[in-house]
Amino acid sequence: MAVAADAGPLPSAPTADKQRIFVASQWQLMWWRFRKHRVAVASAIVVGGFYLAVLGADFLAYSDPNASEAQRGLMPPQAIHWFDDGRFRPHVYGLKGARDPKTFKRVYQADPGQKIPIRFFAQGFEYRFLGLIPMSRHLIGVDPGRDASGTIFLLGTDVQGRDLWSRLMFGTRISLTIGLLGVTMSLVLGVVLGGFSGFYGGVADTVIQRIIEILRSIPTIPLWMGLAAALPRDWTILQVYFAITVIISLLGWTELARVIRGRFLALREEDFVVSARLVGCTQMRTIFVHMVPSFMSHIIAATTLALPAMIISETALSFLGLGLRPPAISWGVLLQQAQNVQTVAISPWLMLPAVPVIVVVMAFNFLGDGLRDAADPYGR
Amino acid sequence: MLADIGRRALLAVFTVWAIYMLAFAIIQLPPGDYVSSYIAQMASMGSVVTDEEAQNLRIQYGLGQPIYVQYWKWMKQIAEGNFGFSMEWRRPVTEVIGERLWLTVVVAVSALLLTWVLALPIGIYSAVRQYSIGDYAATFVGFLGLAVPNFLLALVLLYLGFTLFNAHIGGLFSPELQDAPWSLARVWDLLKHLPIPALILGLAGTAQQIRIMRANLLDELRKPYVVTARSKGLTEARVILKYPVRLALNPFASTIGYTLPYIVSGSIIVSLVLGLPTVGPLLLKALISQDMFLAGTIVLLLGIMTVIGTLISDIVLVWIDPRIRLEDT
Repeated sequence: MAVAADAGPLPSAPTADKQRIFVASQWQLMWWRFRKHRVAVASAIVVGGFYLAVLGADFLAYSDPNASEAQRGLMPPQAIHWFDDGRFRPHVYGLKGARDPKTFKRVYQADPGQKIPIRFFAQGFEYRFLGLIPMSRHLIGVDPGRDASGTIFLLGTDVQGRDLWSRLMFGTRISLTIGLLGVTMSLVLGVVLGGFSGFYGGVADTVIQRIIEILRSIPTIPLWMGLAAALPRDWTILQVYFAITVIISLLGWTELARVIRGRFLALREEDFVVSARLVGCTQMRTIFVHMVPSFMSHIIAATTLALPAMIISETALSFLGLGLRPPAISWGVLLQQAQNVQTVAISPWLMLPAVPVIVVVMAFNFLGDGLRDAADPYGR
Repeated sequence: MLADIGRRALLAVFTVWAIYMLAFAIIQLPPGDYVSSYIAQMASMGSVVTDEEAQNLRIQYGLGQPIYVQYWKWMKQIAEGNFGFSMEWRRPVTEVIGERLWLTVVVAVSALLLTWVLALPIGIYSAVRQYSIGDYAATFVGFLGLAVPNFLLALVLLYLGFTLFNAHIGGLFSPELQDAPWSLARVWDLLKHLPIPALILGLAGTAQQIRIMRANLLDELRKPYVVTARSKGLTEARVILKYPVRLALNPFASTIGYTLPYIVSGSIIVSLVLGLPTVGPLLLKALISQDMFLAGTIVLLLGIMTVIGTLISDIVLVWIDPRIRLEDT
């Protein structure tokens, strides 16, 4: 190219735009292509938002997720009224609970006379922001020191009178980190075994491929159920959390291993890899300095696509009562309360934790799709 | 071709053995055994199991022996067609599972068939009318189908059925035919109840297959032979159906192998939500009460069925497409 430029103007001289593409790094090219995929960009923002909620779960929650009170069980969500007499003063109406004389169920009536103002950055329960800074401010809240009737429940309460919104925030934290941890573990297994399989080939490749085939032809849920049921009942929340992560990732690494093996196979005979080997690079150096960076983007895309499956697995296991167990809070644990149709028919808001599951899984799918397209140098 | 099928059959045998080992290991993992959970259950009801009784129970079920002895005994029994005795139900495992296994097969197979029936035409339509409203709608429904876990979908449908139509859409039989012997009326009743579980189970698979079919067909439609066929004056339907669709079917068909385990897995949870009389609810109960022979047998049978199903689909695939013979997948 440089020689041709010296020889005079070419018939089709590259425009400034093209020149930019020629000198751009691989990551820049990827970013430009990714940016064009509007849905993927929007999904990336959604996913980012969810992880911000993970970091600031205790800031976004306004009441202790485990604080229960029988007097306010199964309260319906309260609607926010933004304006009061034409002025911006968000408030909710107080709810009056009473027992239905016929069915003995608690029914709640909104009381427009009792306006409970919503305060921003209000005082609430104490926590450590990011696990470090002691704080007691929350995004929203009500004036402290009132009785139980003066609180807000944006998404209603569960049977034991715990605030669903606050529980959802803490559930998001657990459900999304369990997915991240699980995918990290799968990634390590996948890179090691898939890389080994693809780089060395031969007997090792055959054995690993057969193991993957065997694992993939087994129905996973019965296996997960068996493994999860085997966890001792007296384990702490943290132990169960890690055990579930391991169970989910043990069976989830196969897809990643296949992708990575395919990449290794494709690159093994490439010129730059052969020359790296010829100039005397060690195997480690060949793999990690020369080969891995060239398909890093693919690994990231594959990882993004593997995440939703992990999130769904955790939700499904906890939903069955075999995954995380209360007092741990995750989306699956929250959904356990919606197992019974009769309960759901009377208090449909208990099904709300299904919404973030669906939104996050869809966002991850679109994001992974966009990343995969952007990472493919031969894509249109 | 025979060598290829032979290789796959051999792999299937290994898979079954691996499933067997896993099933046994799973059952052995929990601390304690059936007798200890039985004692706890008895204690909660106020009666006491003496040490002597517990010992007798353990000897009766062979629980005291070393693990490899228990493993060997179970394996030998199964080879003889004896799946052991369910400790919780106090009946042979085969009797407890009974027709539930066949109903599981019926539900899984109908979900698989529905997946095909829906995915094939929708996928072709999406590819031929790329970027049309129908294509976007199919893509959206497809992504939604992938994103909504099927047990949630079951829950939502149950809720809608309950509130809108005041009808219970779960189950596989009407109450009056629940325990009736098999008859034409019962089969008809089953057929009437099947579509909803089949749809719930098949939706995720359908979504995936639509994507695959669409992508494959789009690749094929760009090839020169399609232009040639069109320029020779073939009708549009013939141009598309005769060659490109046939070629696009191959990668499509090879995914059945992965769809089947997925559907069987899903059927376990969906059965629990919808209250289907399949092995799903039975498995959950058996796992919780550590009824090892029953749980182990269910995992084993589900695994074997899946492997056989996958093997059949592999053979069908080799038969449809001569090109992938002997090709190392």
